[in-house]
Amino acid sequence: MQTIVAYVENKPGVLNRVASLTRRLAINIDSLTVGPTENEEIARMTICAHTDERGAHRLEASLEKLVDVLLAENITDRPMLERDLALIKVAADQQNRPHLMELIKVFRGRVVDVAPESLIVEVSGTVDKIDGLLEVLRPFGVLEMARTGRIAMTRGNDLLRPPAEATAKPKDTAPASS
Amino acid sequence: MKLTGAEILCETLTRLGVRHIFGYPGGAILPVYDALGKSKLHHILVRHEQGATHMADGYARASGGIGVAMATSGPGATNMVTGIATAMLDSSPVVCITGQVSSKFLGSDAFQEVDITGITMPITKYNVVISKAEDIARTVREAFVIASSGRPGPVLVDITKDAQQASAEFDWDKSTPKLPAKRVRENHDQQEFDRAVELLNTAKRPVILAGRGIMLSGAMHVFEQFVHTGNIPVAMTLLGIGCFPASDPMNLGMMGMHGEAWVNTAIQEADLLIAVGMRFDDRVTGDLRTYARNARKIHIEVDRAEINKNVPVDAAIVGDAGETLTALLPHIETRDHGAWLAHIKELKGDSAVRDIQSLPDSGHLYAAHVINDLWKVTKGEAIVVTDVGQHQMWEAQYYHHNKPRTLVTSGGLGTMGFALPAAIGAKFAQPNDEVWAVVGDGGFQMTMCELATIVQEKINVKIAIINNGYLGMVRQWQEFFYDKRYVATPLVAPDFVALANAFAIRGERITSRKEVVPTIEAARATDQPVLLDFRVEQEDSVYPMVPAGASLGDMIRRPNNPLVETASEP
Repeated sequence: MQTIVAYVENKPGVLNRVASLTRRLAINIDSLTVGPTENEEIARMTICAHTDERGAHRLEASLEKLVDVLLAENITDRPMLERDLALIKVAADQQNRPHLMELIKVFRGRVVDVAPESLIVEVSGTVDKIDGLLEVLRPFGVLEMARTGRIAMTRGNDLLRPPAEATAKPKDTAPASS
Repeated sequence: MKLTGAEILCETLTRLGVRHIFGYPGGAILPVYDALGKSKLHHILVRHEQGATHMADGYARASGGIGVAMATSGPGATNMVTGIATAMLDSSPVVCITGQVSSKFLGSDAFQEVDITGITMPITKYNVVISKAEDIARTVREAFVIASSGRPGPVLVDITKDAQQASAEFDWDKSTPKLPAKRVRENHDQQEFDRAVELLNTAKRPVILAGRGIMLSGAMHVFEQFVHTGNIPVAMTLLGIGCFPASDPMNLGMMGMHGEAWVNTAIQEADLLIAVGMRFDDRVTGDLRTYARNARKIHIEVDRAEINKNVPVDAAIVGDAGETLTALLPHIETRDHGAWLAHIKELKGDSAVRDIQSLPDSGHLYAAHVINDLWKVTKGEAIVVTDVGQHQMWEAQYYHHNKPRTLVTSGGLGTMGFALPAAIGAKFAQPNDEVWAVVGDGGFQMTMCELATIVQEKINVKIAIINNGYLGMVRQWQEFFYDKRYVATPLVAPDFVALANAFAIRGERITSRKEVVPTIEAARATDQPVLLDFRVEQEDSVYPMVPAGASLGDMIRRPNNPLVETASEP
């Protein structure tokens, strides 16, 4: 699994270009999250893809060739945090609810909705942690699940910020006169 | 100044230096055509929009500038797809302008509506829909910057009809391109650079692989210096031909599937490959597992995504070919490489020194003869625009180009039907140069409607049809790999001479060797277009050949037939 962070122009069609590129490279995306940044014209993507290091290099370099992609960086091997958020609706009745709550606590999940036949757990963390919770919930009956996909950030001084200003020097090129 | 969107487009194109637009009108682009009529832009009416894109592409390749093609929405736009992909694969700066239905009809399946930006997304460097007149000037200027900068490529600009009709303020100074604030990578990696220098200065059997990037970078001069400083022999890619003189003793010729045997053998025996502005296409490497196994590799390439894509390299320098070679030059030690060069000369054996012209005339006409004669008669100074197939490979082998931009050919996509329209575009780019379309009887029939464009525009393009009655390259594959089962390759063609005459173009049929030179000379003596129908040997094959997927060293060599055994040396 490779993790790539990209800053892109926040405008229609950009997601399509990114998705189209991964399709063309035959790289399967495990998760792709897009969200705003402090600059409303720029969005941040975290792309988790099933590929090897070479595939990730191609994806990263090809992404950066797209006009609307400001920066793309493979951070897989760098110290970083990854977070996934899940809402899980589990079957729960009067009898097993206390037991369930105990388990959820162990995983630092939060029960955010309780109904007579079910409850909803909110849990965030690494993929492994959420998968682990899912594993123990499964015997009770997982009725529904929604996951955000991963967002990632490098640790400490390793800053990954969008480029500050236009660095492409505009030059109008005329066709060579003949 | 208040102008309509259509007028803004024409004014912007004019100010960008555009003189020629290759296009075909239709409903959704009509406002632009109305404005075109009032502008100084020269519109060339094509017969099919694919032709418009190939002409713009040929124009770009022959001039080094940007070619412009125009079409209406729907089928006009979809007909451009092949031409756009052709330009994309060969990094050719082409700007395509298409009309689109009015913005209020977008997405409604209106008459002649098609999502052309969706369709062309993977085959353009960039594409964009404009639905407001005030966005036209800036966006078109951005399209020109994108098409020609970095690794060039096609850009499609789709303009809705209401944007063409609406009025907006036109202010050139306020419409400067505003491209996304991309990160500029610090490409200079001193470690890689130092490693490249060390490899260059210690190699005993180096070979340079020269590609089209040298031409796109305008690095021909510094490249020559680089070659002669290092005394390193040069193998050319198909698209690199012309960026280094064929007459230079260091030029080995073309590499790859139909490269000469000594070139491919030299690559396989090399201890260092220096790839400049090329991308290790499967047609030049053959089987990657056995490709140049003894060689370290240096890759000088402007597109970072090409590094380690097909062939893992030992040192990669990302950057413009000219700038990189200029930086490397002072660090290159002049070395003799005498033994290595002597060895390559030996590899050439006698296959190269025998001149094809001096062989006895068996009464047969071979395509190689025709092309070699064309080279001799034109003194190698014509712009030759080829189609795709056997004749294309013979052109690369037997027409020796000393100047850049004199061979125009579809390499990456291998688009049949390219030659005739691209030759028209090349002639508009270089009206003072002699332009020859060299084309097979198959490819010619794909876009021969553009003969009418030649006549309507009164331009002087010479056409040499290498007519063997087959889809020759496919037939060759069927001969070698499908036990001579010629399925769907025998080809009925019209009487090309009569066809030419129907367009009021002079036509000649040539069936023997002795007619070749006089007919070419006669064709050159007139300033009118001429079509020559060369009836060549039907079942001739291009040698040597590395079968697809085979190792570069495993070539099917020329059979023991003196007529086709030889290659000629410039």
